[in-house]
Amino acid sequence: MTDLLSLQDLLSPQEWAALGLSLKVSLWATAASFPFGVLVAWILARTRFWGHGLLNGVVHLPLVLPPVVVGYALLVVLGRNGLVGGWLYTAFGLSFAFTWKGAAIAAGVMAFPLLVRAMRLSLEAVDQDLEQAAQTLGAAPFRVFLTITLPLMLPGLITGCVLGFARALGEFGATITFVSNIPKETQTLPLALYTFTQTPGGEAGTLRLAVLAVIIALGALMISEILARRLKRQNQGSRHDR
Amino acid sequence: MTDKILHMDVRFKRGSFKVDANLSASSGVTALFGRSGSGKSTIVSLLAGLLTPQDGLVQIGDKILYGSTKGINVPVHKRNVGYVFQDPRLFPHLTVTQNLTYGSPRLPAAEHAKIFAQVVYVLSLESLLSRWPLSLSGGEKQRVAIGRALLSNPKILLMDEPLANLDNAHKKEILPYIQHINTTFNVPVVYVSHAIDEVVCLADTLALVNDGSIAAHGPVEDIMGRLDLSPLTGRYEAGAVLNLSVANHDKENGLTHLSLQGHRLYAPQTHLRLGTKVRLRLRARDIALALSAPKDTSILNQLPVVVTDINLENGPHVELALAIQSKPGSEYAKPQTLVARITKKSFQDLGLAKGKSAHALIKAVAIDHHSLSNRGIPHKRDPL
Repeated sequence: MTDLLSLQDLLSPQEWAALGLSLKVSLWATAASFPFGVLVAWILARTRFWGHGLLNGVVHLPLVLPPVVVGYALLVVLGRNGLVGGWLYTAFGLSFAFTWKGAAIAAGVMAFPLLVRAMRLSLEAVDQDLEQAAQTLGAAPFRVFLTITLPLMLPGLITGCVLGFARALGEFGATITFVSNIPKETQTLPLALYTFTQTPGGEAGTLRLAVLAVIIALGALMISEILARRLKRQNQGSRHDR
Repeated sequence: MTDKILHMDVRFKRGSFKVDANLSASSGVTALFGRSGSGKSTIVSLLAGLLTPQDGLVQIGDKILYGSTKGINVPVHKRNVGYVFQDPRLFPHLTVTQNLTYGSPRLPAAEHAKIFAQVVYVLSLESLLSRWPLSLSGGEKQRVAIGRALLSNPKILLMDEPLANLDNAHKKEILPYIQHINTTFNVPVVYVSHAIDEVVCLADTLALVNDGSIAAHGPVEDIMGRLDLSPLTGRYEAGAVLNLSVANHDKENGLTHLSLQGHRLYAPQTHLRLGTKVRLRLRARDIALALSAPKDTSILNQLPVVVTDINLENGPHVELALAIQSKPGSEYAKPQTLVARITKKSFQDLGLAKGKSAHALIKAVAIDHHSLSNRGIPHKRDPL
């Protein structure tokens, strides 16, 4: 076994830790923003109220703001001495600053606009006549949403999640500002990559992590493509069964 | 048939479009007939709760669905109103079976299984059950939509021009199915249409919709026999509706004999059983008049009539309402009405006037399968 290059030896322990952490942070960021994404997409697509434009702006802010500003804002709000963070710490002992949970929040906030955008577009494409038909069949609004609206916007949900996941995976500026660059705690793949570029003799590590990032991003895109295609086939009915 | 299932009296306004409708319907089939844009669809949307009126009352059975004075407005999903739309609106991500059962939680399981089997049988859905909506033809989709609405166990079934988007062949395919829904499933039907032949074929009661209100309301035969309403029922297609029964089949000559107030009416042969009640629409322009019964003529059908009403239109035509005189010895409480459309010149030459007797001449070839509809036993498939 020793003459064979084992999987373990492909990356250094530090690189493995960064990869594992990145996947954990991105998955949590995507999963946690999912319900909020659906809710905000629904509000933006289906309701009109005085603060509509403001909400739309706030949701899209991370897309146009320098990530460092978002990280700083998170530090101010959720830091241990922050407005909400301080209360969370004294009341529940919860702390986000300098932990992987904080990294997940930073990634989630940065990914949110992409998530919402894809979901909103697919929601707007859902035929409201079908929802009306479901109502006349006795389905209450929430059941209509779960059984008609949500399944019909599934392609958009998947696209939103994949885009969000990819964005979370690449998050750098907000993360390093909010939770710093602590190996095995907050040092995600991009942060580790950055560290290697700053370290003499880190070229090999830099290259390995860059290739890894490309592979993960491509993999995510391919999975979403396969899911979307399978879904489309199902939704449009197998025409060959005629 | 006289107990009123539905009662509505509502006012609705959107922009310059106004609806002020007072409508009641019994357990049979009520047709809402009118030009496009007359407000028919708005009226059924108000019934189902898809639109909310400004004020008024909507009541089905003894349940108030909307009452402005009491502040009641039952939401759509609690109204128990089945709705078949112009477009089928099947859920594309569900199979036909899943579409059919979508509204079924309203029913207990055992009852549901029984009705499901019946709906599938009556609408011939067996071969479609595992298919996806997008693989169905227009007619098949609409049959599934009808089945889906029936399976939600509605107190009343609203059908908003369910045939409007189908071509003639598919219309003919679906019409017999719709004909039997009312009697088979014992559900009152409100049928919206702008095609008079569908209305005559399906409805017991006819409500004429004009400018957002109900212009006239009553049994189909009465409404179609009224000359003052012919601008609304459509001049070209206008004509009275008669109720007859199948008396005999003359295979040799390829004719079916229909009995009407003791008279015989000859029609091209049908496959209806003897004794079957049928409804016949005779277009006013297919009827000629003579003062005495002509002996040497190719026209088989001659009925003694008395002129009861005259409508002198602008232009070269006159419309006449004619009461059919029963054959001596056969007593009928109420004579049926024919409508004839002849030229003013003939009208004057014959010296026709109210109360004057004449003979109505109807070519047997003017009666086709299209104008003859079965009001009794289903001829396509018997219900379970």
